[in-house]
Amino acid sequence: MPFTLNVNGKTTTVDVPADMPLLWVIRDVLNLKGTKFGCGVGQCGACTVNINGRAQRSCQTPVSAAKGPITTIEGLSADGNHPLQQAWMEIDVPQCGYCQAGQIMSANALLSQNPKPTDDQITSAMTGNICRCGTYLRIRQAIHKAAALAANRPTQTARAGAAE
Amino acid sequence: MTKNLSRRSFIRVSAIAGGGAVFALHLNPAELFAQAPPGFTPPRFDALAFVTIHPDNTFTITSKNPEIGQGVKNMLPQIIADELDVPWASCKIVQADVDQTKYGAQVAGGSTATPTNWDPCRQVGAAVRQMVLGAAAAKLGVPAAQLTTVGDGKVMHAASNRSVTYGEVAADAVKQPVPMLSMVPLKAAKDYRIIGKPMKGVDTAKVVKGEPIYSIDFTLPGMLWAVYQKAPVYGAKVETANLDLIKTLPGVKHAFIVAGASPQNLTGVAPGVAIVADSWYQANQARKQLKVTWASHPTSAQGSETFQAKADEIGKQAPQTSLRKDGDVDKAFAASGAKVVEAAYMYPFISHTPLEPQNCVAHWQGDKIEIWAPSQTPAAGLAIVANTLGIQQSQIKMHLMKVGGGFGRRLTNDYVAETAYIAKQVGVPVKLLWTREDDMGHDMYRPAGYHYLKGAVDGGGKITAWKNHFVTFGVQPDPNAPPSPTPAGYATAANIAGIQFPALFVENFDFGDSKMPLGIPTGALRAPGSHAFSYVFQSFIDELAEAAGKDPVQFRLDLLASQKYPAPERGGDGFDAKRMIDVVKLVAEKSNWSAPRPKGTAVGIGFQYSHRGYFAEVAEVTVSADKKIKVNKVWVVGDIGSEIINPMHAENLVQGGVVEGISHLMQEITFKDGAAVQSNFHQVPLLRLAQTPPVIEAHWVKSNNPPTGLGEPSLPPVLPAITNAIARASGVRVRSLPLSKHGFKWA
Repeated sequence: MPFTLNVNGKTTTVDVPADMPLLWVIRDVLNLKGTKFGCGVGQCGACTVNINGRAQRSCQTPVSAAKGPITTIEGLSADGNHPLQQAWMEIDVPQCGYCQAGQIMSANALLSQNPKPTDDQITSAMTGNICRCGTYLRIRQAIHKAAALAANRPTQTARAGAAE
Repeated sequence: MTKNLSRRSFIRVSAIAGGGAVFALHLNPAELFAQAPPGFTPPRFDALAFVTIHPDNTFTITSKNPEIGQGVKNMLPQIIADELDVPWASCKIVQADVDQTKYGAQVAGGSTATPTNWDPCRQVGAAVRQMVLGAAAAKLGVPAAQLTTVGDGKVMHAASNRSVTYGEVAADAVKQPVPMLSMVPLKAAKDYRIIGKPMKGVDTAKVVKGEPIYSIDFTLPGMLWAVYQKAPVYGAKVETANLDLIKTLPGVKHAFIVAGASPQNLTGVAPGVAIVADSWYQANQARKQLKVTWASHPTSAQGSETFQAKADEIGKQAPQTSLRKDGDVDKAFAASGAKVVEAAYMYPFISHTPLEPQNCVAHWQGDKIEIWAPSQTPAAGLAIVANTLGIQQSQIKMHLMKVGGGFGRRLTNDYVAETAYIAKQVGVPVKLLWTREDDMGHDMYRPAGYHYLKGAVDGGGKITAWKNHFVTFGVQPDPNAPPSPTPAGYATAANIAGIQFPALFVENFDFGDSKMPLGIPTGALRAPGSHAFSYVFQSFIDELAEAAGKDPVQFRLDLLASQKYPAPERGGDGFDAKRMIDVVKLVAEKSNWSAPRPKGTAVGIGFQYSHRGYFAEVAEVTVSADKKIKVNKVWVVGDIGSEIINPMHAENLVQGGVVEGISHLMQEITFKDGAAVQSNFHQVPLLRLAQTPPVIEAHWVKSNNPPTGLGEPSLPPVLPAITNAIARASGVRVRSLPLSKHGFKWA
């Protein structure tokens, strides 16, 4: 059945079963491959997207329940210039990199609600995201870095916020 | 070295459109490895790498090995680019397809990429630079000896203040005499501009933008999607399946039974049912209605509890095989004043669980097949596909895809063979994608192991005897042979070398093993063997230190300083106690080892020689009264030779190795009724940010040795460092894993 979705600022209608997880709609119907499949049960966070600015596990979100604007990693910026992307590159966070889109989208939801999080707040917000390679310390460092970059680039923050 | 010119290393050069040049370096292994560290088996290659010089003075460097997160796509090209002496920022790095006759060994495993490619990659870069200098000399009309490069992509003639770019002379460089690679002068280490410099990952920008670069993202026009249901009991055949119903479900195009290999053959295509549909979602939805009756299987009664009970029984008997014997342990145990410690250790099966589930694309066309695979061992992939389909390897074209984590799981190409089999049935491009449950239920598990140890220290506090009966798992060497109660071969990654430390350092030493039959597929997990042995042996060393009343660091230094037997030429990379002493001393210093810590907090140490790397690690751990463990900090000191080729990634790999090692302490896969009990991450608690030590420090001892690999050796020592710290903080000696068996939890 048809569902109208707002993904990365674009409105599209998809004709899929109501219980189809948003993950597979995003990856295989909309062909946005940045959002990753890791466990299928909401345990690893690789499939994290933002819905209404909140971090959601798209593998556990039926398309019928995805109400509100959706942001995926591809929608974070047009050119990789989002503070989180810049920080991730500067710290060179990834090893295999497979989990990082989900990590960044969890971090984006955190920073949109809490622009200057403490270590503990970061830990709490990021605990749903597994990095099998163990890049956790760089992830935390990069979130602090992104917060600092965003604080110095108010227009960027506003744009990122508006996209959600 | 052969003098036959045709057998010599050479560079095949060809001009490309627009005036550039491609340099394909064809290397004779005998020549190349004449000066390599002894003991390395030369890779079977005629060619190693490509360098392309473009007319606009940019460069393309081909990275030959699979990239699984270990950073090889930076590391190998960095070596070539440095000797080529061009700006790293002008280099575009591309992934090689699978062609070992062209590129040489293409493997991600065993931390081998650095030691086996350090010389060849430098020679590749230096040889191409020499040809560019020759062409520049002709163009400028000066002797090549007067030309210099400073890493900016130009060749300078200082006396006349003239220069040309590499790109300007690339086409002429093709015509230059080809240097003999082993004679090409290489840079002095002080002149490195790219080696040893922190370089960001060549794919990082694509990763953070969510570009479709992983194997799971790859699609072809008209591609179908497959799921594959195997029996919970390894190797069990399909008796019946409700295929008639499955074929009527939405999107389903094919559903069929795969007979698979013989029931004992856990290395071939396992029997099962394939469902192929227009989308993966549809294939997986259909699978939920699949009903299969599985044939009975001889291993359907095996389980973790029976393994443990049987190991305990065997452990009391004499070992089936002696691995090493020195002196007389019984005499040492009976000596007056000897303090004897006995301990039974075990570690469970664990899974690899790379975060990207197994997947592969294949397209069978007539008599050939094209494959896109995230394999760590593509050559083995070609072999298993050829065997499965009954074709020649020349009929297979394989592309290497970026891999979402390897950890040893993708050393085995079972999912590649499954995809190839399904592709041949359906005749159109098809992608097989496993679920996490498929992955956890059908891993090539790190084998469990059981060690029955007895050691003695004398009145002076020295280890006088060390006895170990290692009870492990065996399989028949022929995978199609019927099972045997006394298997002749070891299960994969279930063996151990008799030389494993503290062999050679204890006068009376008796090490043997026994094999129990196993019907579960096993395989190498990052730092195979050593991550498990390190936990056991370095823990038991602490038990002996405690019996001796000695400080664990001093006890180790004394042990390392008292080598009793010479190291054999163990592949030329024999354990060098001096290098280990240096890392132990430095980690004790960095961690302020002797400083008093609050009650409930303690430091523990472990060291391990793993994959040619020397690592010592200290963990500071706090254990609460209710057994909650917090790892406050980990200090790592490593010696992997004279150069840390990419320090940016090296620190990341060290921290990742430590995180994975800590994660091992809480993980297990258990088996019941022949099948894995755990199915997903809710039952296998991988370490998360909350449990990661807030600080993991990496320090290096840069010894005067050729550089070696870093994919693995930082992992093992953290396990005993933590269990030793737990014992010192809480008084509880953990002799079996996971820690949760003893009531411990992460804080």
